[in-house]
Amino acid sequence: MADKLPPKQRTKIPRQAMPEQPALERARNFAEVNLGLDAAVAEKEAQRCLTCADPKCSHGCPVGVQVREVVDLVRDGDYLRAAAKLREDNVLPAVTGRVCPQENQCEGACILGKRFAPLAIGHIERFVADYERATGEIGLPEPASPTGKKVAVVGSGPAGLSCAGDLTLKGHEVTVMEALHELGGVLVYGIPEFRLPKEIVRNEIENMRKMGVNFETNVVVGKSVTIDQLMNDEGYDAVFIATGAGLPKFLNLPGEHLGGVYSANEFLTRVNLMKAYDPEHYDSPVYTCRDADVVVIGGGNTAMDAVRSALRLGAKSASIIYRRGEAEMPARKEEQHHARDEGVTFLTMHNPLQFLGNDQGLLTGVEVQQMELGEPDGSGRARPIPIAGSEKVVPASVAIVAVGTGANPLVQSSTPEINTNKWGYIQADDDNLRTSKRGVFAGGDIVSGAATVILAMGAGRTAAASIHEYLTTGDWPTAE
Amino acid sequence: MYRILEARFLAPDVKLLRLEAPRVAKMRQPGQFVIVRVHDQGERIPLTIADSDPETGSVTIVVQGVGKTTKMINQLDEGDALLDVVGPLGAASEVEDFGTSVVIGGGVGTAIAYPTAVAMKQAGNHVISILGARNRQLVILEEEVRATSDELFVMTDDGSGGEQGFVTTKLQQLLDDKREINHVLAIGPVPMMKAVAEVTRPAGIPTVVSLNPIMVDGTGMCGGCRVLVGGETKFACVDGPEFDAHLVDFETLVQRNRMYRDQERAGLCQLEMAHPKVGPQHHP
Ligand SMILES: Cc1cc2nc3c(=O)[nH]c(=O)nc-3n(C[C@H](O)[C@H](O)[C@H](O)COP(=O)(O)OP(=O)(O)OC[C@H]3O[C@@H](n4cnc5c(N)ncnc54)[C@H](O)[C@@H]3O)c2cc1C
Ligand SMILES: Cc1cc2nc3c(=O)[nH]c(=O)nc-3n(C[C@H](O)[C@H](O)[C@H](O)COP(=O)(O)OP(=O)(O)OC[C@H]3O[C@@H](n4cnc5c(N)ncnc54)[C@H](O)[C@@H]3O)c2cc1C
Ligand code: SF4
Ligand code: SF4
Ligand code: FES
Ligand SMILES: [Mg+2]
Repeated sequence: MADKLPPKQRTKIPRQAMPEQPALERARNFAEVNLGLDAAVAEKEAQRCLTCADPKCSHGCPVGVQVREVVDLVRDGDYLRAAAKLREDNVLPAVTGRVCPQENQCEGACILGKRFAPLAIGHIERFVADYERATGEIGLPEPASPTGKKVAVVGSGPAGLSCAGDLTLKGHEVTVMEALHELGGVLVYGIPEFRLPKEIVRNEIENMRKMGVNFETNVVVGKSVTIDQLMNDEGYDAVFIATGAGLPKFLNLPGEHLGGVYSANEFLTRVNLMKAYDPEHYDSPVYTCRDADVVVIGGGNTAMDAVRSALRLGAKSASIIYRRGEAEMPARKEEQHHARDEGVTFLTMHNPLQFLGNDQGLLTGVEVQQMELGEPDGSGRARPIPIAGSEKVVPASVAIVAVGTGANPLVQSSTPEINTNKWGYIQADDDNLRTSKRGVFAGGDIVSGAATVILAMGAGRTAAASIHEYLTTGDWPTAE
Repeated sequence: MYRILEARFLAPDVKLLRLEAPRVAKMRQPGQFVIVRVHDQGERIPLTIADSDPETGSVTIVVQGVGKTTKMINQLDEGDALLDVVGPLGAASEVEDFGTSVVIGGGVGTAIAYPTAVAMKQAGNHVISILGARNRQLVILEEEVRATSDELFVMTDDGSGGEQGFVTTKLQQLLDDKREINHVLAIGPVPMMKAVAEVTRPAGIPTVVSLNPIMVDGTGMCGGCRVLVGGETKFACVDGPEFDAHLVDFETLVQRNRMYRDQERAGLCQLEMAHPKVGPQHHP
């Protein structure tokens, strides 16, 4: 246990670094990059917190994690109570500690950041969650006595999981239905092992099973069963739709059908979910990246995950092609740094024009054009403008398109009473996540568009509270 | 786990399996498929639902052993199980009373075309079925198809069964005989479907083919199954698998299907080394 230092001394302690696998070593394996803080370092980092009366960090966190209190408990060496405190607001701390864009959220708001480096809140969060998991003493709360109400949750990503957890605690009987054969949504099919070990997700799902959540895999709602059937024939009293934003966008450029051109979703699914990186043991193939030139088009987390996966599959070169500058990339800053250290090339201010192939229909290169930044566009970001005559060909036998995703229409098209917006996302009330169909709620990426794990989780918890209210009162106030 | 209730060979390397999959059996319509995984290190592959029985909650698939996964499936027997079965996926066949409808099945494509032939007959069509195979042994479901057809022609490459010739030989003959044909459904190897499209194109007969691109999820999430139809990108797992034959870019389909050839060969070698007897499998 460490004593509280006077503020002056606290700010003298430098931000504690996260130990990581050496860059060139990790660039060739799928093991986790960040190794985690040990207790002494976590306590030392906790010492840096100014224990603000008005903790800005909590305001910066989308679910309002009580950072100050958690950090206090860490400094006192009371890690299990810190974990319990964390879990009051965040049901997947081992995940968010690893993948939240902290620089825009809790750490971005931390007062220390004004003059010094912000507190490493994500790293502390991860430490606490990992400690708790290692002891096996997860403080699983006792569910309330059964209410006799049944709820179906569609989709097992962070939104679905957190909603299912909360509702089970309230005594409702919850079944999560998932289209894929594995549970976890983007956490298992998208985000790679080297950033988020699947063991962690599996562990959280095991905890939920122990709490009494039911899971049914291989159910595509809208195809295997409809929302109406769930409510009318299978006796569900409410449904939460958390199907994510999983529809890949393509560029619609010539040559996009060539062999070797992937959507990031397909590439990452093959590599993560289907484990194509281990062909000796797994049957799903991925087009060979070994000694190949691989390009990834995009600048978000998905693009970073794809390019770093390609490197780990043995790529000779792995490049990001992005039409704005590095500062404009939406990816977490840590991932950009990690990617660069591992040897990823950044071809910023470039836009693809077409994919080139050989007579076998296989990709040989991507023609790109240089861009310059002009006036801000509708999103407030400078609009990239092509520079005439700057065209060149980047050789590549694998190209991965990571320019965003849209709403998968399977549920909506089979349930026309659920209103959607012009992009196909489900419309749900901001406060209570009710849709236009009685008893049906929606949240996470399928409402917001592609966002973050913590926002999806927050939506899941809001939905749970709202569903609980509906199940208890039976009230469904009609809008307008 | 999805139990196998019945398993029998219909032809060398072609096995019929009836699986317990109640949700699929209840919802399934002709033209739809399932995606299956055999074991927890296996890949996901699509297989058409040849038949279903909502009462017993079972669906029937007919599998041609062409590579590692299909040959593994064909080693399974009654009492075994598949690890994952998800569906029904894809859009249902467009079935209505077209008048005279020709249903063409090449090889294992017969199993895929069969449920739609049944539906076409029920919708009131005069159904002419043409089944093609390399030889007599490889003709499957002949009796089932006969029962649902007004006319049936069997064509074999070597003349060992039915008439000698291709399915397109017969189709052309029907057209030359001035038979009125209002609709054609052709399912089989890509070269066959492409040839059928060329036969019906001049006469402008509406023709539908079922495409077989490489799939992963089957829900529209990966885009791996994209095909070019009329110059537009379509996802075969949700927009198809059936498309207007006259608009399909078959060349691109063939090229994309070759993408993993090296890995597929390696997978098959692995299997053959582990089970030396997986070579051609026959009727017991
Ligand atoms: C590669 C990648 C990297 C990312 N990195 C980060 C990161 O570092 N930090 C961060 O905060 N966010 C990151 N994100 C975003 C984050 O993962 C998502 O915002 C979040 O997962 C959304 O959660 P969700 O529960 O709404 O949906 P999802 O996680 O998408 O889960 C939806 C689930 O529903 C299932 N489903 C869909 N349709 C049906 C149906 N009809 N029937 C049954 N099931 C269905 C899907 O199979 C899926 O499992 C990343 C996203 C990707 C793709
Ligand atoms: C909608 C649809 C319905 C189908 N219905 C049937 C059916 O009823 N009966 C049947 O026997 N076959 C069917 N197929 C084809 C079947 O999926 C492939 O033969 C099978 O995936 C081959 O796997 P393999 O490992 O045994 O062979 P491999 O040696 O791995 O592959 C052989 C060939 O099969 C194709 N293929 C490989 N992997 C896939 C994949 N994941 N998805 C689709 N095609 C692949 C490729 O063209 C490849 O060259 C269907 C395909 C589609 C798309
Ligand atoms: S959940 Fe995310 S944003 Fe909130 S405190 Fe934890 S790391 Fe920060
Ligand atoms: S804002 Fe920073 S210094 Fe203040 S309580 Fe939060 S983490 Fe500590
Ligand atoms: S198989 Fe993935 S989108 Fe069709
Ligand atoms: Mg295979």
